[in-house]
Amino acid sequence: MKKLLKYLKKYRRDCVTAPLFKLFEAVLELLVPILVARMIDAGIRGEQPGVVTQTGLLLCALALMGFAAALSAQYFAARAATGFACDVKAALIRRIEALSFRQTDEISVPTLITRMTSDVNQLQTGVNLTLRLLLRSPFVVFGAMIMAFVVDARAALLFAALIPLLGLCVYLVMRRTLPGYRDIQRAQDRVLGDTRENLSGVRVIRAFGREEAERERFKRDHQILTALQVKIQTYSSLLNPLTLLLVNLTTAALIYVGAVRVEAGGLTQGEVMALVSYMSQILVELLKLANLLVTISKALACADRVAEVMETAPDMVSGTEKPDFSQGPAVELRNVSLSYAGHGKEAVRGISLTLSKGESLGIIGGTGAGKSTLAAIIPRLYDVTAGEALVGGRDVRELDLRALRACVGYVPQKAKLFSGTLRDNLLMGDRGASDESVWQALRTAQAAEFVEKLPQGLDSPVQQGGSNFSGGQRQRLTIARALVRKPDILILDDSASALDAQTDRLLSDALKKDARDAALVVISQRASSVMGLDHILVLEDGALAGYGRHEELLSSCPVYRETYEAQFPPQEATA
Amino acid sequence: MKRRKTDMKTVRQVLSLVRPHSGLVGLSLLMAVGQAGLQLTVPRFTGRAVDLIVRQGSVDFEGVARLLVILCLVSAGAALFQYLMGVCNARTVNRVVRDLRTAAFRRFADLPLSYLDSHPSGETVSRVMTDVDTLADGLLLGFSQLFTGVVTILGTLFFMFRANASIALIVVLITPLSLFVAAFIASRTHHLFEAQSKARAVQTALVDEMLTGQKVIGAFGDEDTFLRRFDDSNEALRDASRKAIFYSSLTNPATRFVNALVYAGVGVFGALRVLKGELTVGGLHAFLAYASQYTKPFNEISGVVTELENALVCAERVFRLIGEEPEPCEKPAVLPQAAGAVGVNSVSFSYVPEKPLMNGLTVSAQPGQRVAIVGPTGCGKTTLINLLMRFYDVNAGSITVDGTDIRDVTRHSLRRSYGMVLQDTWLRAGTIRENLLFGRADATEEEMIRAARAAHADSFIRRLPQGYDTVIGEDGGALSQGQKQLLCIARVMLCLPPMLILDEATSSIDTRTEMKIQSAFARLMEGRTTFIVAHRLSTIRGADCILVMRDGQVVEQGTHEELLARKGFYAQLYQSQYQQAQSA
Repeated sequence: MKKLLKYLKKYRRDCVTAPLFKLFEAVLELLVPILVARMIDAGIRGEQPGVVTQTGLLLCALALMGFAAALSAQYFAARAATGFACDVKAALIRRIEALSFRQTDEISVPTLITRMTSDVNQLQTGVNLTLRLLLRSPFVVFGAMIMAFVVDARAALLFAALIPLLGLCVYLVMRRTLPGYRDIQRAQDRVLGDTRENLSGVRVIRAFGREEAERERFKRDHQILTALQVKIQTYSSLLNPLTLLLVNLTTAALIYVGAVRVEAGGLTQGEVMALVSYMSQILVELLKLANLLVTISKALACADRVAEVMETAPDMVSGTEKPDFSQGPAVELRNVSLSYAGHGKEAVRGISLTLSKGESLGIIGGTGAGKSTLAAIIPRLYDVTAGEALVGGRDVRELDLRALRACVGYVPQKAKLFSGTLRDNLLMGDRGASDESVWQALRTAQAAEFVEKLPQGLDSPVQQGGSNFSGGQRQRLTIARALVRKPDILILDDSASALDAQTDRLLSDALKKDARDAALVVISQRASSVMGLDHILVLEDGALAGYGRHEELLSSCPVYRETYEAQFPPQEATA
Repeated sequence: MKRRKTDMKTVRQVLSLVRPHSGLVGLSLLMAVGQAGLQLTVPRFTGRAVDLIVRQGSVDFEGVARLLVILCLVSAGAALFQYLMGVCNARTVNRVVRDLRTAAFRRFADLPLSYLDSHPSGETVSRVMTDVDTLADGLLLGFSQLFTGVVTILGTLFFMFRANASIALIVVLITPLSLFVAAFIASRTHHLFEAQSKARAVQTALVDEMLTGQKVIGAFGDEDTFLRRFDDSNEALRDASRKAIFYSSLTNPATRFVNALVYAGVGVFGALRVLKGELTVGGLHAFLAYASQYTKPFNEISGVVTELENALVCAERVFRLIGEEPEPCEKPAVLPQAAGAVGVNSVSFSYVPEKPLMNGLTVSAQPGQRVAIVGPTGCGKTTLINLLMRFYDVNAGSITVDGTDIRDVTRHSLRRSYGMVLQDTWLRAGTIRENLLFGRADATEEEMIRAARAAHADSFIRRLPQGYDTVIGEDGGALSQGQKQLLCIARVMLCLPPMLILDEATSSIDTRTEMKIQSAFARLMEGRTTFIVAHRLSTIRGADCILVMRDGQVVEQGTHEELLARKGFYAQLYQSQYQQAQSA
């Protein structure tokens, strides 16, 4: 939480004024019993109707002032809380952007989304309520006690005895319930998981005829949740009656002490009434405070989670050099290995290769062989754990990260588009590119034809995830996106899998022509996609299984031969 | 007006949910009456006690003591009642939640897939979880505050009118003002809340995109564009939230203000009455206490009403889910152990009436045959599987297994006769073992390991930290797509049903591993009628019959050789895949 407090600094004034106005309102409320006492002692006992009406008007004036003070407090609190949440989110998203992908993988994207949305939201509510109420309740409680001392010190000793007792009550109940909320959260997550799974897996569940078993499972998990909820709520049901009882008993004692004091001449009847009123003000505030504490403890838990992300130091630092392709081969890997966070085993190990501009390299291998990992090393999406990766003859860690990535056209395995327009998406790599060069890229990527048919052309809307385009269209658009920035290195990560054979062929012909100066890296599971390239690297289980041209590998590399023959069984391939 | 009507219907539905717990609710009501009633007498006793301590020398200690003893007893009773009420409410509400969720969950099993396919699952999940929670909050507030609130209002009215009718009238007349103020503010803030949730939805969608697509954004160096968009959405949300929070937070001070005026009014008029001798000082004290107790429930009720409205909206959504038309009832007959003759007889089908998909499709498979289905995307391959499994019912024609119309037997027995491996691998959060035993919970350890070995999954499972007891996250978690597919295959291999459906079952498995699995598949398919959908034509050449589909029709049918010889659509498809290899 401390780490986040600095984002409140900007709203320092609001954070001071809001509680101050609240305190002012509380002071006004604390004056009410004294005024009523005056109404009774001076007005009634003194038989002065003028004092009564005068005090009445004073009460109304106090109410009005209190109203104005409350409005101001709410305004400043709302401004500080929403501003704070806004700044925290802005800082948080920038921190997340600065983290390496290894780190975001480790924290996991859904977790980060929760941090950015619901956690900060709870935090906002917490700040808002804290500013409005946290100071008010203790202030009223202690203020009422002080006022009681002003009225009569001896009777007020009862207040001094009551307050720690009430505190103890709140503490004892909360100590049981707060950890309970954590258990409830866990049980709730299970029920949520069951629900989600049953929807996403409905076909499998029905195919295996498991409906009844799933119902039982859900019932069981929900029963655990229900039992926990009943238990915790039963505990917290204790709080209000206990406070009520304590306050009522103290009131009784107060009246008795009051009676003694009046008999002794130390107190008036109106003052006894004022004391009783202070007692009930304490009661009301305590009930509010208990609710507030629950909200605040929830917000504090969120704050910790947000701060945890905020405190994660980025482990990837950008270099300063600009890549210069006249100084060395486009890509050179020297004995590189890489392991992902949380996986002990290396995804690739001990790979070396060299690729110049104008050359093409195919990477082939089975599921999980490390193909995509190898490609991700080049634009430094991940840092190698051993060895070095060089671009233009320089270690990528010495290069300016943006400048390095600006030379690479990367087409990821999953064709990811963003909501906005087609133009927004295609210009991602080069915000200054002309429409002319966008269309050129679309033509090369075999996407021009269907984009031309769209009524709004480049301004056509793209829905989230590109869901208004087919898989094949998305793949071609992502290829065009990579071409728009005229990359020195072009990486296609299994990015033609949804294209039909005809389009696939046209695409590779066009790439050979339009991107002939680039160093081309093509990743595939199939021999057909890489067999025509200058070099082929065969990966198996993260290690090199073969390197060379198609014909060489057919004779020298059994893994490659098997892969090839799986697609083209011998009798057919020679037919 | 319409809104009212559906509201009333929802209220009735909520009440019918509560009915099974009516004993508890009744008890809770009794407790509420008891608690509020007892608590209400407190000001009377304190007031009368105050009257006994007028001034020095005239304090009636005996009377005060007697009143205070009663006061203590009354307080203890009120506290006890309040606690018991809390206990009753906790039980009632949580049981209602459990019943409602279980009822909603039950629907998952018998809702037609057409419903589930056309509603985003996130939305359905939020109905079952969030909406039910909101309803529960509303109910809890309703039970705990509405009951006591009403009792308190009635009780204070009674005591006030008994004490002094004219002052009571003032209170009764002014207090509704706070209700008006609250309603006025609520109506004004409604659209502010809408604006806020809209702005929030925009931001959440953007954050989702930025974080799931961060590698692409990073690779293209386009962070600044997205950060700019984020900042815009962030500021829009901040402004919308500030307005919504501020204006909605006015309700409380406004009603408090009205109450303070009531309090002042009662004080002045009461004091003047005391001067005239119509009221005692203790009576005034009680009156002031009643006036503030009388107004408080109004404040709370105005809050409760918003909560309840919200709860009703949510309840309606849940009820709509529960009220969805279930799959048509079925005949109780059970499909006996099938030999595996499957007939599709002039079947017509479409998901939406406007878009006809299949028209008069006829296919027949002999027991033990391997039937491959090929064709371009959208030709109806997956639809045919949906129909075979009876995930959807045909619009016309019929599908038979061993001559029995599949609509004449239970869905459960039909589906248990098929083993299905889909391209979309679904695994549950749990151990590998739980997943493998999904279709046959009673399989032995050896049977399970044998199935895993046959699917070439045993070796990677053993390499996992806890082997077969490794816990995998929701939908497979850290496993690769190919590994998930292997687990799905092993899961079916353990069941050995008489018929199989393999829909792109090996699409994410590399070709070498696939070759290895093929032998296991071949053994599995031995004597079992099998339907295979595959993109890669090389994987289906051995099929007994290949159905070439296009636009919902079977355009060609025959063995690989026959179809090639025909030089039709299949030959064309095959050539293009083959040529791709040659030219590359």
